[in-house]
Order: sequence, then structure tokens, then C-alpha cells
Amino acid sequence: MAGDAPRVGLFVTCLVDLFRPSVGFAAVKLLEASGCTVQVPRAQTCCGQPAYNSGDRADARAIALQVIAAFEGYDYVVAPSGSCAAMLKEHYPALLRDDPTLAVKADAFAERVYELVSFLTDVRGLEAVTAPFEGRVTYHDACSGLRELGIKAQPRALLATMAGLELAEHEDAEVCCGFGGTFCVKYPEISNTMVTNKVEAVERSGADTLLAGDLGCLMNMAGKLQRRGAAVRVRHVAEVLAGMAEGPAIGEAPAIAKAPEG
Amino acid sequence: MSAGREAILGAIRRSLKRGPDDRTAKAAVAQRLSGHPRGLVPARSQIPPDAQVDLFVAQATEQSATVHRVADRESVPAAVVAYLKAENLPAAVRMAPDPALEALPWDGQALLEVARGPAVESDQVSVTAAHSAVAETGTLVLHSAATAPTTLNFLPETHIVVLEAAAVVGAYEDVWDRLRAARGAALLPRTVNFITGPSRSADIEQTLQLGAHGPRRLHIILVDHGETSHQGR
Amino acid sequence: MQSSASDFKNNARRAVDDPQLRKALDHVKTGFIDKRAKAVAKLPEFEALRDQSRDIKDHTLAHLDLYLEHYEQKVLEAGGQVHWCATAEDARATILEICRQAGATSVTKGKTMIGEEIGINAHLEANGITPVETDLGEYIIQLRGETPSHIIAPAVHVTKDLVEADFRAHHKHLPADRPLSEPRQLLGEARQVLRQKFLEAEVGITGANFLVAETGSSIIVTNEGNGDLTQILPKVHIVIASLEKIVPSLEDATTILRVLARSATGQEFSTYTTLSTGPKRPEDLDGPEEYHVVLLDNGRSRMLGTEFQDVLRCIRCGACMNHCPVYHAIGGHAYGWVYPGPIGAVLTPGLIGVEEAGHLPNASTFCGRCEAVCPVKIPLPKMMRHWREREFERHLSPLAVRGGLKIWTFFVRRPALYHFAAGLKMRALAALGRRKGRFKRLPFASGWTAYRDFPAPQGRTFQQLWAKQLRAKRGRP
Repeated sequence: MAGDAPRVGLFVTCLVDLFRPSVGFAAVKLLEASGCTVQVPRAQTCCGQPAYNSGDRADARAIALQVIAAFEGYDYVVAPSGSCAAMLKEHYPALLRDDPTLAVKADAFAERVYELVSFLTDVRGLEAVTAPFEGRVTYHDACSGLRELGIKAQPRALLATMAGLELAEHEDAEVCCGFGGTFCVKYPEISNTMVTNKVEAVERSGADTLLAGDLGCLMNMAGKLQRRGAAVRVRHVAEVLAGMAEGPAIGEAPAIAKAPEG
Repeated sequence: MSAGREAILGAIRRSLKRGPDDRTAKAAVAQRLSGHPRGLVPARSQIPPDAQVDLFVAQATEQSATVHRVADRESVPAAVVAYLKAENLPAAVRMAPDPALEALPWDGQALLEVARGPAVESDQVSVTAAHSAVAETGTLVLHSAATAPTTLNFLPETHIVVLEAAAVVGAYEDVWDRLRAARGAALLPRTVNFITGPSRSADIEQTLQLGAHGPRRLHIILVDHGETSHQGR
Repeated sequence: MQSSASDFKNNARRAVDDPQLRKALDHVKTGFIDKRAKAVAKLPEFEALRDQSRDIKDHTLAHLDLYLEHYEQKVLEAGGQVHWCATAEDARATILEICRQAGATSVTKGKTMIGEEIGINAHLEANGITPVETDLGEYIIQLRGETPSHIIAPAVHVTKDLVEADFRAHHKHLPADRPLSEPRQLLGEARQVLRQKFLEAEVGITGANFLVAETGSSIIVTNEGNGDLTQILPKVHIVIASLEKIVPSLEDATTILRVLARSATGQEFSTYTTLSTGPKRPEDLDGPEEYHVVLLDNGRSRMLGTEFQDVLRCIRCGACMNHCPVYHAIGGHAYGWVYPGPIGAVLTPGLIGVEEAGHLPNASTFCGRCEAVCPVKIPLPKMMRHWREREFERHLSPLAVRGGLKIWTFFVRRPALYHFAAGLKMRALAALGRRKGRFKRLPFASGWTAYRDFPAPQGRTFQQLWAKQLRAKRGRP
């Protein structure tokens, strides 16, 4: 077991890196507050899901090896995304199973991989957060985090400790939002039907804020809510837990994020 | 089509990368067939016999069968007549040519017409005996025999089944044990029916309706013996 | 059955815009999902039984030839006949021959997906024999000239008012002013109309949920009683079943039966679970004189020993499609062939080829709900991914998708280049989207922006900001 200040390598994820760095900074803040030191290996880009789920096993394998190498030596590898964490934790070992040496490496790597919120609760023992938040929140259970990593109770447990935050479940919170990576652009009508069902349920819940642990899902749902002119604001759960929910929500104007002071 | 047989078996063996005379494989198959091990039997029905009978009644009732408990076999004909009257059905039944049913005091029910044999289309009510019943899900077990034509279980709109409390077992696997013990190598008859409640369908807008093609009513006359003899347990 | 699987995209597009279908599919949630959940909650041993059912199926598949041989022997001992049919054509020819020998003019049918697969109804009709579907859902779609859209509820896509219209159109001998708007009335009419057909048929054809090697029995699982009337009234009973329906023993059958009905309809046991073994015995007063089992391969033996073997565990409960959000959006017909939903997405390419059915395993978000409810734990998303791998190897995916993926992967594998290019692109995109924070239209992303706005990036990438922050820290004393 790691010592008092475990070294965490942050797996940023391509969507957070490219579209919403504030999620990454929220993750860093939460991890540091829980007593970890955080580094961000430069040689990371993407977990390889697009290649893997398109059947390009060879490239997925190469990316896996690249990621494992980049994160050598950390006590933990933490990602603010259930699907990326599941890719690293569950699917890298499957990809590298055919080679005994690589299989051992992949298993050892996978053991250190965690999704952010469940890492804070299950490994760091976080039971409450003191960040302020006013509003009625509903939480979407992104599929990979839920079914591959068992993330369900943990974010809700933390959100429930926030004074001023009222948690309201929406119907079918566990049903897919229709993002599915390239699925949403390959089968747009089907994806649209799924995301419409999801946002209608969110709207019916009366929540003013929608949270989840995966940015792909969040961008999908935010985009649909905004196309419908709904007033619901969409954020990554890390932003709320870290008390960094003041700035523009997903898809809201304006602005370029500034790196936080110090 | 023996050409088809060889083609298919050959294709299977090629896919499994195994020849037809693999000793280990053959032994595994022989073992499972002769040992026929039980899987996990739910705890719910692993209870004392009296409780099993109560469980059977509760389960069968929940599945829309009706159950009438009578003290002894002699009470059965009167129970049949009472049921037909309560349901406004004509006092006429087609009964299975089963000696155990024949031996009941039907003479005491003068107004009841009792015909015997397999069912014909105009029969509205049948009376049969059950081989056994499974408490786990409230399921009756009947099988075809010279004394038990299967059409009686399906053609008439109302099916009355006489069941001895001693014939109630906990799980389906107990029924297999009973059949194997009674029949030995000649294992199964043409038809073994597991019947749980009356016929139903939800094919129209997922709305459940009773009385599709099989009986609309399933009435079970459960004969307690008082001090039951627990035959065959 | 003819496939329209290659036309999946159009099929799906039409389906999502069909309000009648959407209304009908709403029933799937309360009809199936809630009921299954309740049944599972009532049985503490359910999870353990899933594992045991999976293990029984795996063991059987690994010894399939041996169990089939033993099964055949027992069928023959009981006085029945076994016909081994490698292809759908063999099966059609065999069944037709049996019907001809029986002098059949009409044939009643219990529900059988294998029957759909081989297209037996059309074949019999083309040869002057009338097949009559007796399962209510199958009867409804037979009147409509449709194929099943669900493997256990074939008419789930048909609303009550459509059924009423079909019955009025086809049952012309009944009084035109009779009330028919309630399900109860529709069911009563179906019972009345079909009763005569049951009694007239010379041959009855059923499927089989299981074949039991130990005893040479076929098992059907129904609620209506139509399968039983089909198999006991006519002179000849034909069972059509695919190879992988076999289980070793009676105990194995009841283990799996415990997860079947619960997974399918949320019942603990179906109303009628019936074992048939051979024809009637000499002393029996009713029952068929002949018992034929038509064993169909049609591509299953080819899937054994491959990465797709696990799909042969399937016990045809329908739980996967009941829980699939893609199925909820498009219904069963959009899949274009016999088996819809997640099981269809994996099985169909295996039986009719991935060139024809390639869209099916691609039209999934891998949400995993199917695998979570499969009573025999088939890893359905994994198998769909394997099909995508096969397509990728054979260059079957559309060029635009392959091209886009190649570009992305090129950059992903070169982090320095990726960070450089990403920094530029995100800054430009952010600048364009700054005013509203999102895009209503975006070139190359019309699939997205047709239906939703596209959130603008914040501008700098995380890596850029992080690097800046690190530099600032080092610059401090």
C-alpha cells in the first residue's frame, strides 16, 4: 500500500484535455486535497477506445503499450472518466493477454488504475466534501463506469454531503445516453432517440444541474439540452465536488479557461 | 439422411479439434448422463412436507389456479359438483379413465354426467389426476398413460385436477427422482406436462389475459389425508 | 428468411420516425424489464443459477457431437426419427417430405424461430400446404404478412387497434358489428378461430426450447397451450431445433428452466412446460403416431471453436433485446433478419455473413445492459467487437470512418505532434465558438449537429495549461 503521499499519475483523457481542461484541474485539486501528489505524464494522448471499438486491435494494442510505458512508476493512475478508466483497467489486459510478458505488465498496470470519484471514496476514504453548491442536481450513470467498474453509490454519497445541494434522481438514470463514441455520428437517428429519452427524463426530474463522470456523455447530453433550449446546466461531477462550478457550464459561453492560481 | 449426420458431426469435431473416439470427452459425457447431478435447488421449497403443501397452494393460487382442500378422497366428487355449480358450469365432465378416479363415489352425485376417455371438442370440463406437484412454483405434473390422455389437460375450457397432498414435492428434481424410481429404464412417457395455472397470453399490448388456447380455468382439488402416508418420499 | 440487414440504416431511420412503433415499444419497459427485475429479486439463488446455466451450456458445447449422438439413440429407442439437416434447404425439403407423406393439407405451428430462419411457411405454401400459426403473436403477424419483431413476443410492435383491424379484415365469417376493442375480446376470437385449425391439421410443427440427451425428449415452454395442442392432436409431430438446443440431463434442463422464464417474462415458470418423448405409446389414448426431430446446423458448427462460440449458449429468452436502448429505439424489424436485438447483432453475421449483416454489431454503444441480464452470461458487447475486428481486417467499414480513425490514431501515437496540433485546433475552434459557447453547425460533424449543439472547447488544452502552471511554479523562488 502506498505511503502517506501516494504518487498519482493523472490520465487526463483526450476529451478533458481538448475540450474542458477545468475538469482536469478539478481532478488535481481533489486528488491533492486527499493527500496525493499529482503528476501529468506528457506522453499521453488517448486511451485507445476509438481504435479498439472500431476493431483496430493492432493500433489499440500499440496505444496500450504507449500508455503503460508513460505511466510507469506511479502508485496510482487516475482518470476523470469511467470509460477511459475501464479501458485501461479491464481492456488493456485483454488486449495484451496473448503475450505472457506483456500480460503480466498489463495486469500490474491495471491494478493501479482507478476512476476519479471511486478512487477518492474507495481508496482515499473520502466521505464528505465541503465545497459549496446551491441547486437541484441529477446524476447520470455513464455505462462503462457503472457496469464495468461498479460506480453508482460513490458520487451520490459525496454529493449528498454537500449542503445546499439537493439530489434528485431522474427516471432511467442507468440507461445509455446514446453517445457511444463514434456511434453517435454513425447512427445519428438512433443516438438522437436515445439522447432525447435521456434529456426528457432529466427535464422531468426538475433538476437545474446535470452531472456525470464522463465528458463524452456530458457533451452529448448538454448539446441536446441546449438544442431544446432547456435551462439545465451540465457539468462534470469533479467540478462540483472540487468547488469549481462557478465558471461556464458545458456548452455555455464564453471562454478560455485560465490555469488556477498557484 | 446419414450424409447430413456425418457432415454435421464431422463439422462439429473439426471445429472442436477432436476426434470421435476421444476417451476423456466420452468419459465426461457418460459420467454426466449417468450421474445427472442436480444444480442448485432454491432453498424456498426445502422445507417440511406440510409447509411444502402450503407453499404449493400459495404459489398455485398466485398463478390464478383455484385450490380447494378436502379432507379425504371420498369428498372429491362432491367438491367437483360444488365447483361446477359455483362457476355456473353444466354438470358434465370428461374424466380420465384412471382406476383411482373411478374408485371415487361418483354414484353419490346423481346429477353429474361423467364420461370417460380422451377429450373431444365439445367437452367443457375435464377431471384428471396429477402425478405430483412442485411446491417451488405451484406447478402440477401430469403425464400421458393409458389411464391419462393428454388432451384432457388442454382441450376443455375448465380443467379440474385431483392432487394428493402426499404427492407434493419441493422441486422439479424430486419429480425426476420419482419418475426414475417408478419407471426405471423405460424412463419417460410420450408427454410430461408441468402446468402452472390456467392458459394465458400477453401478446396484445403486453396485457395479461387468461384463457388463450388451453383451459381458462384450472381448479385443483387437494386431498389431505390427515395423517398422510408420504408414499414414495 | 430473406435478409434486409444490409439496409439497416434506412430501416432504423424509418423506425425511429414511426409513432405507432414507438407507442408499442413503450410496453416493453413495463412489460418485460420491471417484471424480470421483480422475479430476480424474489429468487436469492438467481445469480448462482446463471453461473450454473452458463457452465452447463459450455460443457455441452464442448461435447456437442457426443451429446447429439446419445440424444439420437434415445429418440430412436422411443420410436421417433431424427433428421440431420446441414442447411436450411435440407430442412425445408425434409419437412415438406414428411408433410407430403402424411397427406397434409394444413399444418399447425407452435412458435419456432428456426422455422423463421429456414422460411418453412413460404416453402409449405409454395407446395400447396397451408401453415397456420397458433401462437397468438405469430398468428397476428401471419395475418399481417409480417415477420416476428421479437423472439418471444413476435407482435410486440403491433398495437391493439391494429390487431382489431386485422381480425375484422380476415375473420369475415364473424358478425361485422361484434365488439373487438378489448384484448379480452381479441383473445377470445383468436381462440375460437384457431380451435378448428388445431383439430383439422394432419401435421403439427413445434420448435424446442431444449432437447434432452439423457431421454431423447424435446421441451417446449409456452403460456398459451397452443404448442401443446399443436403437438398432441395431429397424426404427425415434427420438432425443428438447432443443434445447440441440446442439454445433457433432465436436471440440467430444470436448472436452466429456472432462469429462462424469469429472464423472458418475469414469470417463475411458464404456464406449460412440456416434455415430449417419441410418438404415442401403444396404450396411449391420444397423441401423435409419428415423432420427427429435424436437427438444423445452418452455420452453428462453424461457430464452435471460434471466438464466437459463447453465443451458442443462448436460450432464446429475449432479455437482451428487452433491455437494449437501441432495440427500444428501432424495434425488431430494423435488424432485417430473424433475430433482433443484441443476440441478433452477434448471431446474424455468424449465420448469414458479416458482409450482409455488418451494421448490426456496429449499431451499439456497448452500454453492456444486455450482458448484465443474459441468463447464460454471453459477453455480447465483446462478440460485437470481434465482428468489428473482422470487418476492419477485411476493410468492410466505410472509407470515411476508416480514414478519420487513421488520422486520429496517427496523432494519438505521436504525443508531441498531437499536443502541438491539438493546441492549435482547439484554440481556433474555441475562438469560433466563443460567443455562444457552442456550435449549431460544424463541418465533418453533421451527424452530431443535425440533432444537438456541439459544445465549444475551452481554448487551451489541459496539457498546455498544466505546462504553463509548472513553468510558473519553477519560476518562483
